Amino acid sequence: MTVTRLYPLLMVVPLAAIVLMLPAGAVAEGPGYLIEDGRHALVALLALALLLAGLMMPDKGGRIASTAALGTAGFLAGLLLLLRLHEGLGFRWNGGAAWTVLLLICGLLWVTMERLSALPGRITMILVPAVFGGMLVYFWEIFTVGFSVPQILLPAPSVIYATFMADLATLWVDFEQTYIRSAVPGFLMGCGAGFLTAIAIDRSPFLQRGLLPLGSLVSAMPIVGIAPIMVMWFGFDWHSKAAVVVVMTFFPMLVNTTAGLQAASAMEHDLMRSYAASYGQALVKLRLPTALPHMFNALKLNSTLALIGAIVAEFFGTPIYGMGFRISTEVQRLNVDKVWATIAVAALAGSISYGLLALLERKTTFWHPSQRKANT
Amino acid sequence: MSAPVYAPEAAVAPALSTRLARRLHRGRVLPIITVLAVLLAVWCAGTVYMNAPRSIEMLERQGPDWTFQQLLDATWSMDRPVVPTPVQVFTDIWQNTVEREISSRRSLIFHSWVTLSSTMLGFAMGTVLGIVIAVAMVYVRTLDRSLMPWVIASQTVPILAIAPMIVVVLGNIGLTGVVPKAIISSYLSFFPVAIGMVKGLRSPDPLQLDLLSTYSATRSQTFWKLRWPASMPFLFPSLKIGVALALVGAIVGELPTGAQAGLGARLLTGSYYGQMVQLWSALVMSAVLALLCVFAVTAAEKMVVAAHGGRR
Amino acid sequence: MVASVEDVIQPHSLDPADVPHPLVAMENLALVFGTGEGAVTALTNVNLSIKRHDFVSLIGPSGCGKTTLLRVVADLVKPTSGTIMVDGGTPEQARLDRSYGYVFQAPALYPWRNVRRNVELPLEIMGLPKTERQERSTRALETVGLAGFEGKFPWQLSGGMQQRVSIARAMGFEPELLLMDEPFGALDEITRDNLNLHLHELWKRTQLTVIFVTHSIPEAVFLSTHIVVMSPRPGRIVDVIECDLPYDRKLDMRETPDYLRIAHKVRDGLRAGHSYE
Repeated sequence: MTVTRLYPLLMVVPLAAIVLMLPAGAVAEGPGYLIEDGRHALVALLALALLLAGLMMPDKGGRIASTAALGTAGFLAGLLLLLRLHEGLGFRWNGGAAWTVLLLICGLLWVTMERLSALPGRITMILVPAVFGGMLVYFWEIFTVGFSVPQILLPAPSVIYATFMADLATLWVDFEQTYIRSAVPGFLMGCGAGFLTAIAIDRSPFLQRGLLPLGSLVSAMPIVGIAPIMVMWFGFDWHSKAAVVVVMTFFPMLVNTTAGLQAASAMEHDLMRSYAASYGQALVKLRLPTALPHMFNALKLNSTLALIGAIVAEFFGTPIYGMGFRISTEVQRLNVDKVWATIAVAALAGSISYGLLALLERKTTFWHPSQRKANT
Repeated sequence: MSAPVYAPEAAVAPALSTRLARRLHRGRVLPIITVLAVLLAVWCAGTVYMNAPRSIEMLERQGPDWTFQQLLDATWSMDRPVVPTPVQVFTDIWQNTVEREISSRRSLIFHSWVTLSSTMLGFAMGTVLGIVIAVAMVYVRTLDRSLMPWVIASQTVPILAIAPMIVVVLGNIGLTGVVPKAIISSYLSFFPVAIGMVKGLRSPDPLQLDLLSTYSATRSQTFWKLRWPASMPFLFPSLKIGVALALVGAIVGELPTGAQAGLGARLLTGSYYGQMVQLWSALVMSAVLALLCVFAVTAAEKMVVAAHGGRR
Repeated sequence: MVASVEDVIQPHSLDPADVPHPLVAMENLALVFGTGEGAVTALTNVNLSIKRHDFVSLIGPSGCGKTTLLRVVADLVKPTSGTIMVDGGTPEQARLDRSYGYVFQAPALYPWRNVRRNVELPLEIMGLPKTERQERSTRALETVGLAGFEGKFPWQLSGGMQQRVSIARAMGFEPELLLMDEPFGALDEITRDNLNLHLHELWKRTQLTVIFVTHSIPEAVFLSTHIVVMSPRPGRIVDVIECDLPYDRKLDMRETPDYLRIAHKVRDGLRAGHSYE
């Protein structure tokens, strides 16, 4: 028992010693190594210690502790490599140490995620994707810096972050113009109009049969194409962008709300009839709640459509600010880092709006089977 | 059964016509035609309304007395209208498809083909990617937990907004033409396919899976004999959304390329030079293209369903 | 063969000051779906009258029109010909007055409302004030033995409990007439026995009149004062069997000779209806 527990120690330590001796890549003067000064050695030792601790911990009871140790070991190893790369180390094919460390990081993080996803509970639902996302960004950083990828092709996340922080004022002006003035009002008007139209044609099966196929047809069409027309009609400012967003969001909302209003079963309708409920009562108490999950599908889809519509519409003419304007002009000047900073804003805004809608959905349709499954 | 001998038509004809009328009313044809007619009327009226100021200006120049009839004629036959009439748009489409050589730079068929080719390539790439991701997520739990939120998050990034950058950046490393647009298309179309396929591959109920376990079927047997066929009803609706999105991606991808070719390029030049007729006909063409794509997927669906015994 | 329960003396009427007219009365009732060659006769020549505090079961094979008959009483479908009176008026009047409660085959509870709010749903539609709604829902839930479950959501309950909530919802009206359409059909035998006992106790304690659709002979005999045997193609009544078991009934009564005799009669009636074809 005790001897087998010591195996990792006997295997890992000599292996680690060999790897750390190997060159990891090249610096300006020649071959570069992972450990050049005391700081590097400290991080490496810490990572090694945690790795050993994680491997040697008994399985019973120590599961979470060993997972944490392995995860942290992976993180520290990654940190060491990142540190060296930012100190001027570059990847070379014969830099065996760097490749070994990368493999190690992949393995450790995979094990960590695998063990985490086996755990129940809400925290892992957030933790596992967070680790995965962090890994993606990390590899992006490592490869852009390590291979010195030209910035025009793909800037490193650290560069994008620096630009983001430096340009906050400009980014905010763009965000205000595109998101707050165009996307949000357009989204509200389009969804509101779609909802009201669905209610209005609710009592007319004739109009429903006419409008619904047309609605799903229009949803399949490249509606962003009307942007130039809207710019011509409503001018260069946010009005034309909001108009594009209104048209884009209207049909999904109309189609989904109408489908939702018809989702109640015959038995539930009979129940309302046996209560002698009026049309309005049946609508409010039965059919709108049943329609909610459908409506949220449209709202979530529309939240991404709204941002796309507002940005793309700006390609056809804008005042001298706005996210679409920024992207198209900075691309032409080959300031790719500024473009990526704007994209980061868009991604953040898109994810946050989507997340808020999903949260609202969970709060209001907690009873729906799909939400119930997610809660347990 | 026994129709009166003296006037058989009289007995049959009304029944037939009322049945036809009822079918028209219950079916979708009449409602759709009605709605389309209303839309067309709104379009015509809108043409008058939007073009009226310039037409009136023109008529005033010729003389102070003009009739409403003259105004109508003027608004519906402007050379460079604010809003073109349906007739102008469809004449333009007719001239640029049927009457023009396909090799011509002004042929809409040429431009549609340019857009369609990158749509198809992107759609194919997106579909394969979506299916691969779905299979991986269904079979590897760690991937299911870690990847799903990012698949959803990927769509909250307004990729269409990045389209110009992808095209320009890839152009800088020598990738031009179809590929950059196809990449945008595939990014848009993989999402519905992945989501639909995850649902579809998980759709067999535990009983059906247990049944295969009692046969001690292998994982690949379970996949090909149960999960894959069970996912078909989920795949095709996703493909319809995917192909429509791929077209949108291709069109937007054409906007920043310096407007060489494609329907997106026609949109952009039409907008720059105020050629409203050209812009509208490009728009109508892209709508037609979208319909053709969706119909093609529907046809494929019918064939696959027929091959699976036509249960749906 | 047309039978009527009008001349049957009711041995256990709780209300001695008998009301002159029956609660539900049908005469020559018929219902035809569709027209022309595709017409289906769902009900024909139905004569039936039901007194207050009767427990009447409608039993028969599928397609015999028992559910349709219940829906006619509830004004969920209109008869083609014949007359029907519910509580001295038309069924529509009764529906608008909310003078009956209806229990469906499935609980049909709204998943977004908790148990109490489900029971209060019809009361909200009637426009009752909040305090009265709460009083009534509390009382109704006590009646079905679900006090303490007010805050739960339907999907957190078992099938039997869900169906009890739906009975409570129908009882919240405090109706005179309870219409039940195979309410326990989807439940397992053990739960069903339990709920039968519950329903019997409930009926004894109140002045309720119940019309109960079922395809289970034991259930019908155990619960009813009268069993209406129906037959399909066309849907019609073939027999009305009086079920004169003691007023107080326990589950073990189902082994007594009296019980078996009535069950046998019902089975005979069903077979007789079948031999018509």
